[in-house]
Amino acid sequence: MRKGSDIITILDLRREDLESLFEETDLMLRAVERGERLEVLKGRIMATAFFEPSTRTKLSFQTAMLRLGGGFIDLPPEELSSRAKGESFADTIRMLDSYADVIVIRHRLEGAARFAAEIAEHPVINGGDGTRDHPTQAMIDLYTVRKAFGTIDGLVYGVLGDLKYGRAARSFILALTLYKPKKVYLISPPQLSFRPETLALLEEKSIEFEEVYSISEVIAELEVLYVTRIQRERFPDPMEYEKIRGSYRVSADILKGAKERLIILHPLPRVDELTYDVDSTNHAWYFKQARFGVPLRMALLKRLLAG
Amino acid sequence: MEKELRVSKIAEGTVIDHIDAGRALYVLRILGLTGAEGLTIAVVMNVPSQKLGRKDIVKVEGVTLRRDQVSKIALIAPSATINIIRNYDVIEKVKVSVPPLVEGLLRCVNPNCITNQPNEPVTSKFRVLTIRPLRLRCEYCGAELNHNDVVAQLAGGTR
Repeated sequence: MRKGSDIITILDLRREDLESLFEETDLMLRAVERGERLEVLKGRIMATAFFEPSTRTKLSFQTAMLRLGGGFIDLPPEELSSRAKGESFADTIRMLDSYADVIVIRHRLEGAARFAAEIAEHPVINGGDGTRDHPTQAMIDLYTVRKAFGTIDGLVYGVLGDLKYGRAARSFILALTLYKPKKVYLISPPQLSFRPETLALLEEKSIEFEEVYSISEVIAELEVLYVTRIQRERFPDPMEYEKIRGSYRVSADILKGAKERLIILHPLPRVDELTYDVDSTNHAWYFKQARFGVPLRMALLKRLLAG
Repeated sequence: MEKELRVSKIAEGTVIDHIDAGRALYVLRILGLTGAEGLTIAVVMNVPSQKLGRKDIVKVEGVTLRRDQVSKIALIAPSATINIIRNYDVIEKVKVSVPPLVEGLLRCVNPNCITNQPNEPVTSKFRVLTIRPLRLRCEYCGAELNHNDVVAQLAGGTR
């Protein structure tokens, strides 16, 4: 990862890039914990252009920039900006590019971040596009695994939820293809399983994986369980959703059969797929994972803007 | 007496040879020819070919192909050769080639792809993954197009 590069998909990075980013993240985490004020990006401005709702991604990017001594501008909601007058996405990006040193973008359309990167001269970071990519979430996810186990290789992973439309789950899997997991279980109802091209990539990278339809089948084997939401609106028949949802709910009860060292990750927000009684178990790593969002994004912004 | 079908030579125009068997009508659609134009057109289908086993040939009198038409023919008939005829002689012979990146010719099949937004100045781009069978990947959203998608878009039919 070079200074000035765009981050559109996690596969824009190599394993060495991630390792080096994680080392930088360790330093940033320490600085944040000590309450140090850094000035490495003093005078630099980040634009956040979120065309879709976001809590963690936007706020953690903004916090990261402030903690590095920089500032940010934020694209107002549609009704308060020129987009309400019909301004194109391309023109909006051109304008932001002339004001800021880096643009973080989230959009419901797939490929929006790549298109923005073609237009902008400054680096563009994809903060989530449609059902495709969410690369910085995947970086945080891997960093959390590394914090828990000291390694990302050799572990048994379970990825649960909406694997077809969920960009966090997909990006996590793409990220794992840069490593050597022992095995990956893909846990979803058949209608929400990964698209053939994602499975083809796992095969191409010789990653052992298995698609299963219930969490209880595999819980005893897992070391990392990545939970994502199954969206009710994906099911044409609500009764069908009610029938299956129990098989994908992670509760303290289900975890009785789990390994002691199992960690549970979730990109958040959660709805009812991860019950509150899990929060008090040692398996719950999702709030730590959310907290790592700031130091990791600090490390990334520093690498892209200051080298 | 020879029993093979003979198609007479054309004086001026284009002969598209080595078209994959059964795809000549797609080539005519790409050229926008229906026969109602009054041009002399010969379509030969499923004849023996050393290279392809079976092949189709299209001869059109009085027509020279545009660059975009050649690019489209390459996607549907990747082995095609285009012969330009003047005064009954082949004055130029071009073998079509599928470029690694196909720009602006095709539409992404994903309605949520940024390239399908009407008011954005964005040109579709597809990376060619394989030629036989034809598979292309959208550079923006990653959606894949196959031969049927391409035929449907360029020649208005599926096969």
